[in-house]
Amino acid sequence: MLEADLVVIGAGPAGMSASRTAAEAGLTVVLLDEQLRAGGQIYREVENAAPVRGDILGADFVDGLSLVRALEHPNITHVKGAVVWQIEDRTTVAYSINGVASFVIGKRLLIATGALERPMPVAGWTLPGVMTVGAAQILIKQSGMVLDKAVLAGCGPLLYLTAAQMCRAGARPLALVETQSMADLFFSLRHGLGAIRGWRDLAKGLGLLAELRRAGVKRYTGATAIAIDGETSVEALRFRTNGQEHRLECATVLLHHGVVPNTQAALSIGAAHEWREQQRAFAPITDEWGGTPIDEVFIAGDGAGVGGAVVAALAGEISACQVACGLGAITDEQRDKAAGPLRRRLRRELAIRPFLDRAYPPYAEAVSPADDTIVCRCEEVTAGAIRRFARLGCIGPNQAKAFGRLGMGPCQGRCCGLTVTELLASENARSPDQTGYYRIRPPIKPVTLQEMASVAEEGEQEITRET
Amino acid sequence: MKTASSVRRLQTPEQLVSIQFAGAEVKVREGGNLAAELLAAGVSPFRETPVSGAPRNPYCMMGACFDCLVEIDGVARQACMTEVVAGMTISRHSAVRESDNA
Repeated sequence: MLEADLVVIGAGPAGMSASRTAAEAGLTVVLLDEQLRAGGQIYREVENAAPVRGDILGADFVDGLSLVRALEHPNITHVKGAVVWQIEDRTTVAYSINGVASFVIGKRLLIATGALERPMPVAGWTLPGVMTVGAAQILIKQSGMVLDKAVLAGCGPLLYLTAAQMCRAGARPLALVETQSMADLFFSLRHGLGAIRGWRDLAKGLGLLAELRRAGVKRYTGATAIAIDGETSVEALRFRTNGQEHRLECATVLLHHGVVPNTQAALSIGAAHEWREQQRAFAPITDEWGGTPIDEVFIAGDGAGVGGAVVAALAGEISACQVACGLGAITDEQRDKAAGPLRRRLRRELAIRPFLDRAYPPYAEAVSPADDTIVCRCEEVTAGAIRRFARLGCIGPNQAKAFGRLGMGPCQGRCCGLTVTELLASENARSPDQTGYYRIRPPIKPVTLQEMASVAEEGEQEITRET
Repeated sequence: MKTASSVRRLQTPEQLVSIQFAGAEVKVREGGNLAAELLAAGVSPFRETPVSGAPRNPYCMMGACFDCLVEIDGVARQACMTEVVAGMTISRHSAVRESDNA
């Protein structure tokens, strides 16, 4: 069993920067990550991919190398391929590597589990050949693979970045089918000042659009009635723009309409969450240090509210400062002196967010899907069934489990939770906060009885040794 | 089972190894991501759902959706969270509900 001053879950930008900052302050750190190589999803496999595919993936991706290299510190134990399945007694974390379970006990715990892509239920989204835009990026980053004959559907900056990366890799997408409208762009200009403060991000976005134009990628905007046709795999994407019907034959459909905090771990320990209307998602309630009402537990990065990789890395450092201070490794003055410049950069990096949230709102027909669209992929429950549950008196996602096994499949609600909250809130004319979310219980990732038994044996042996 | 794959490698790997998927031999890259390698080899579907028998393939590639579940040596695992080891024997995951057996 491992012990450390700080246990960090997730080796993305927040987890990596927090680990380094804490280690430099003299704390011992155990960093647990599901993947075999550090980077999280944004810098997935960056050490292997940057040298051979850096030109395709771009400079922002290659930037992740410095965070990964910074993990080489004698105080940091990076536990690779560790799937966390339970957190108990606030800071004791159970995890498995290749089916062998272990514990780590920390004085403090930092949850840095990042983001998930917002569920985008549309007709046909369970067909083979439909993936998320993030999945297409992961294939390029980790495996050096591209998806041919693809259409990207949805909205947001990730659509442009991934389409550009695909073009550079010689797999030009057939089209971008974008759901945001001119009105969205118009209203987003009210946040124009923020966008000007975040001009670097804006310039990058415009650069990507110019690149796509030069590559000859067809773009449709204001798309509605998106549906995917196919018998055993994707055959075509249908949609409507300006009252005109379109049908694009394709082999792959990549869906994306934003990212949301991955709250599974934080919810499983009962950390309080609130609905953020601007981001249309739940996020944990944290203080200016990423601290939660559970004293020993901190949350940093996209898992605390989506801000992107640079914001996440800054937030990780800020949380680590507070952890180091709380454990007596640095003084209050040292903490505040370190955090000041970090907070100023954080504010600058966050400036673009209100503009982005307004310019690229979630696709309305995926937030409130048509009755025959599957919402819960695991249990194959449709939006119509969920509306019927509401009429029968179902007031929240947790009750919906009893009504129709919603959220009880292997993904544990990761792909349907927010849609179920939105649907029930809308049907019952209650707020998302009143409606709530699934109650997330451990194990938060599947674990075999054999793995659990092996941990119990380990525990018994330690008790035996002590007596 | 096999369809024309829309997943393409940017570089041809120097060496491929053999694994078994649903009784057929599949050539993949040793140490590669199992879900990606099976996709590149044209495997489809990865599994059929226990509710309706609908075909499913990897969706998120980051361990969240569980649509890439396969059985490796009798244990259900997420292909996207697994590294290829030469000689692996994989079967299609098609969990049947207890109530369906009764």
